[in-house]
Amino acid sequence: MANFITSTQLEANRRALEKDRRGETWMRLKLASPAFLVVAVLMVLPLMVLLSMSLFGLDGQFGFSNYALFFSESVYVQMFINTFWIAFIVTAICLVLGYPVAYLLAILPSPWSGLLMLAVLVPFWTSGLVRTFAWLIILQRNGVVNKTLIWLEIIEKPLALVHNMTGTIIGMVHIMVPFLILPLYASMKAIDGNLMRAGANLGSSPVHAFFRIFLPLSLPGLVAGTIMVFVMCLGFYITPAILGGGKIKMIAQRIQESIALYPTWGPAAALAVLLLLMTAICLFVSLKIVRRLTLGR
Amino acid sequence: MESYVSHRERLWLYIFVGLVVFYLVAPTLIVIPVSFSSTTSLSFPPPGWSTRWYHEFFGQPKWIGSVWVSLRVATCTMIITTIIGTAASYALHQSSFRFANTIKVTLVSPLAVPSILIAVGIFFVYAATGGMLNTLTGVVLGHTVVAMPFVILTMMAGFSSYDMSQEMVARSLGASRFKAFTSVTLPQIKFSVATAMLLSFLVSFDELIISMMVASGPVSTLSRVTFATLRDDVDPTLAAVSTLMLLITSVPPLLLHIYVARTKRKER
Repeated sequence: MANFITSTQLEANRRALEKDRRGETWMRLKLASPAFLVVAVLMVLPLMVLLSMSLFGLDGQFGFSNYALFFSESVYVQMFINTFWIAFIVTAICLVLGYPVAYLLAILPSPWSGLLMLAVLVPFWTSGLVRTFAWLIILQRNGVVNKTLIWLEIIEKPLALVHNMTGTIIGMVHIMVPFLILPLYASMKAIDGNLMRAGANLGSSPVHAFFRIFLPLSLPGLVAGTIMVFVMCLGFYITPAILGGGKIKMIAQRIQESIALYPTWGPAAALAVLLLLMTAICLFVSLKIVRRLTLGR
Repeated sequence: MESYVSHRERLWLYIFVGLVVFYLVAPTLIVIPVSFSSTTSLSFPPPGWSTRWYHEFFGQPKWIGSVWVSLRVATCTMIITTIIGTAASYALHQSSFRFANTIKVTLVSPLAVPSILIAVGIFFVYAATGGMLNTLTGVVLGHTVVAMPFVILTMMAGFSSYDMSQEMVARSLGASRFKAFTSVTLPQIKFSVATAMLLSFLVSFDELIISMMVASGPVSTLSRVTFATLRDDVDPTLAAVSTLMLLITSVPPLLLHIYVARTKRKER
């Protein structure tokens, strides 16, 4: 008798479940809302405010006059060229330095790979300010590098290594390399070692096997890491401000300075929007490429 | 993955990576000997040894004050971000309601936006509403935004390796949801919580650009004061500051790492 369930009972049961499910969703929304509100109010909303501010010129008229400024004044043009050029050079150097490290990280046996990982992670965790200051000491006129080079009689007079482009690039590469190594390592770790062995078995030389098998399989991590480093370079602040000695102006400093110095914030807002746009485009392209590379397998 | 290339043939690779590791690790350590220099020059090796720059550091209200500000800001940021971030990760874990994905992407997005933009945005909001500029609350909320992705990613990873049905069992046996979470779930995700706390503390402690835009005067953080000194008048006090910052940002992660490794070994 008790086995019989009437349709009204079923209906009641279904309704209770539905109510339960709704209650669950509501509870989850409530739990997630504080975090969401903080990020939405302090990041998403301000970015929209920036966009609207950038569209009103000095005269209060709606339009693109703030943006037109960037193409008419050579200071801005030079700053954009500088920013992209530095980001490009730094990314290229990071690639050359980072790829072999990630490769060894992926293939070394246990204790060694752990130590190498530590060597990548410790600087990753160290404050950028501290690292920038350390470079200031090392690269100064009578710093360690210049002293050593003079002692080795490679140069006669100390080189200008800091407060210029050279110092900026050395310091930025130092901060960015781990950001390239970590995603690269993740994608190399997933490569099946048997593939390389199979290649060798079929008569491929180590170099050939590397270029035909390993390198293509590490491409997703390579693209992701490279674009991440490039994007971070575009918006970088500390190192160019200190090691560039005021001579190297990148976009982030220009934004900060124009807010600190000028009463109207339209141009700064326009610069910020441009930086955001460039970042978004780079990330979007990287996502597309990585997706295509991983789907192509 | 063992290799069929001999170590000797790969010697150039080992040497190259050794040099890169040297480039990554060694330069930062130079601040330690320089901080014990006896002269005002930043030369290495220092001509003589003394602790005068530490006396200088601990004697100046500008430095000590900013250390307290930074520690307070970082502690508040850590508590707030860990609690609301863990709550959000708990809510978003294995849930497929309509807004779940939007919320998830929003919470992680500060990682992809250059921090100068977040800083400028927050500055505009505070300037427009008034009253939030140069306050402890303002700085903490700003840091909460940049620390949030780290907490969310850590906690999401923590929850993904935890079987939620255990909590269901506790609740079916009569525990309230909160009781079930604190007595069944929390003990099993404690390492993720500890990592999230550590990360949010360090992110806040290191953060410079938001502090530069919204925290001046009495709420100047250590990183802000350090940056200003670094730009305007460099002296070995900075080396002392750097050495202390090195300690604060590298000892806790190492301790946590060792503690986790040891506990996991015991549990096995």
